[in-house]
Amino acid sequence: MAVRRLAEVQPDSFAFTADNVRWAEREIAKYPAGRQHSAVIALLGRAQQQHGGWLPEPAIRHVAGILDMPYIRALEIATFYTMFQLEPVGRIAHIAVCGTTPCMLRGAEDLKDICRHRIAHHPFEVSADGNFSWEEVECAGACVNAPMIQIGADTFEDLTPESFDALLDDLAAGRPVRHGPQIDRIMSAPEGGPTTLHDHHGPTRAARRPGAAAPAASPLTDAEAKEPTDAANLREKPSEAAEPMRLREPRNSAPDDLRRIAGIGARMVELLHGIGIYHFDQIAEWTPGNAAWIDHELSLRGRIKREDWVGKAKALAAGSGGKG
Amino acid sequence: MLNDRDRIFTNLYGEGDWRLAGARARGGWDGTRAILERGRDGIIDEMKASGLRGRGGAGFPTGLKWSFMPKTSDGRPHYLVVNADESEPGTCKDREIMRNDPHLLVEGCLIASFAMGANVAYIYVRGEFIREADRLQAAIDEAYEARLIGKNNVHGYDFDLYVHRGAGAYICGEETALLESLEGKKGLPRLKPPFPANVGLWGCPTTVNNVESIAVAPTILRRGGAWFAGIGRPNNTGTKLFCISGHVNRPCTVEEEMGIPLRELIERHCGGVRGGWDNLLAVIPGGASVPLLPAHQCQELPMDFDTLRDLKSGLGTAAVIVMDKSTDLIKAIARLAYFYKHESCGQCTPCREGTGWMWRVLERMVRGEAEHREIDMLLNVTYQVEGHTICALGDAAAWPIQGLIRHFRHVIEARIDGRVAMLEAAE
Repeated sequence: MAVRRLAEVQPDSFAFTADNVRWAEREIAKYPAGRQHSAVIALLGRAQQQHGGWLPEPAIRHVAGILDMPYIRALEIATFYTMFQLEPVGRIAHIAVCGTTPCMLRGAEDLKDICRHRIAHHPFEVSADGNFSWEEVECAGACVNAPMIQIGADTFEDLTPESFDALLDDLAAGRPVRHGPQIDRIMSAPEGGPTTLHDHHGPTRAARRPGAAAPAASPLTDAEAKEPTDAANLREKPSEAAEPMRLREPRNSAPDDLRRIAGIGARMVELLHGIGIYHFDQIAEWTPGNAAWIDHELSLRGRIKREDWVGKAKALAAGSGGKG
Repeated sequence: MLNDRDRIFTNLYGEGDWRLAGARARGGWDGTRAILERGRDGIIDEMKASGLRGRGGAGFPTGLKWSFMPKTSDGRPHYLVVNADESEPGTCKDREIMRNDPHLLVEGCLIASFAMGANVAYIYVRGEFIREADRLQAAIDEAYEARLIGKNNVHGYDFDLYVHRGAGAYICGEETALLESLEGKKGLPRLKPPFPANVGLWGCPTTVNNVESIAVAPTILRRGGAWFAGIGRPNNTGTKLFCISGHVNRPCTVEEEMGIPLRELIERHCGGVRGGWDNLLAVIPGGASVPLLPAHQCQELPMDFDTLRDLKSGLGTAAVIVMDKSTDLIKAIARLAYFYKHESCGQCTPCREGTGWMWRVLERMVRGEAEHREIDMLLNVTYQVEGHTICALGDAAAWPIQGLIRHFRHVIEARIDGRVAMLEAAE
């Protein structure tokens, strides 16, 4: 739990602007009659926005009044949800540095150090010039673009200490900044270009990088995109795959209990029966090529080898007195 | 590797147009009316046939979940609530759906709501996703404008869809805490039963689904459950968005086949582990809540629910956090312990007190300021937190620590011994 208290110095009053009153009415209308409390987060957020990025106590009372809810309930919301800033923040920017493990692994601690040096030693403390403040937040949901920070609605991703320093310089000087990834990268695609979806976006990518070789594939037409495919069969069969001996039905109508092979369960038995495998001795005789064929047919991804079905089946076939 | 033609999120990186026109060109909103004409049972049966398991972490079969909703209304409205409170550390997939392919989600909401007899749905978007919520709202506005949803729409099923934003609380990703939050309260999880399918939002039958689960539904229904079931492995079917973060050369989010081996996933899409595959130390395969796996268990590791569960870890949200040999593992897990301490809602004592206690001990262990017996004491406390709380946050806080001690106890011991040796040398 995070302990969060209201600021000691508070303004005397707060009221929504006429625009925000109308906006609040639209938010409340999203919910059934009598359920207006549901809009409390939205309204408190709007109040924070109107009040320069932090939520004063009179605003909490104001919102509770609009929603006809006990003041303490609104106060609970304001202190429970960590995006409500209960104390004044920097005029230009309040910087939320993600510090959770995925960002930490890629250098979030360096970003925090920069904040300590350039803004204020402690989080939630406003810088001497009043322009900046910062805090460490928990996972902000941009982990493949780590490390990242968020300022208001915008995220700044794939940062280095250098690019973060430069970003702070630009913000302080009022220069325009570019949000999103700070390296050459499309959103969450791998740096250097996506490894997938060439069928769909090949030409766009070629145009984006004039130097790069244009992929041969043309974009799929609507009809092609929706044509059903059998994904399992699209995978190329392993070259050494060879069809094993299969039976139309179990010998003497008595299949062996294949579940005795550790790793095979009821569902797998059904699948094996479906392709004509009923007996331990059948499995015991599989060559690596046969196993590859079955593996491919049932999408087993190497389970036969990993779980040593053939070895186990040999033991069981020997135990049950061989064929028959 | 999954064929491009079998990918569902064809605008994952936002290279195409996210708007209605672009979504339609990619096959979205096509034949939606025909899908609805199959009826509630027809849709649910097809979803069951696809084998889709919930993409929010628990992996509960989606079709089955939909079938739990009452078949007829007792006068109370039904609700679909979409969980877009994506905040499991390592996870950033729903964000891409909302900002780059929002119409898949909007269409999925209509279909899923129809299948559950709901005429209203709410999408609960985490507070930090401001741009994403705006994008989603714009897509919803377009859908209303084109009369795809709303009253008297072209699909003949009245349906209203709203975006509801949170304000920074991981716990609201837990489905009953999310409902509390949606009702305008603190996000404190509810005791179950009653389950939301009977008593959910405002006391009405409600189903809560993850964004990805809902967004894949229209494509599954268009192309058939058998198509989806043909990808991946039995009981772990279909495609999945993987988010690979941490110590790989090129971290990314990518849609791949369920059950893809971890090594192939990392080497094909992420340019390999930083410093080469042999430099791998450990992997957290499914978001912060699941125990880590040491490198030797990752050699031939199919990324699916059942395999990872058998290894005492989990697929979770398929958020793969990779750690190479430069990682201070105790510190990495201590940071997760801090996360859970910070995000505990405080309702249950074992979690409220236990998460802070576990974090403080781990912080000492990072510096080696502990005794050997405290490792077992810590392990013991994780078992006292696990399973003794209303929701799974207590479990989620305990598991990463159990994973650390299970596989890397020697690292903690060496850290402690190292400090003792250093102090003795100083004397």
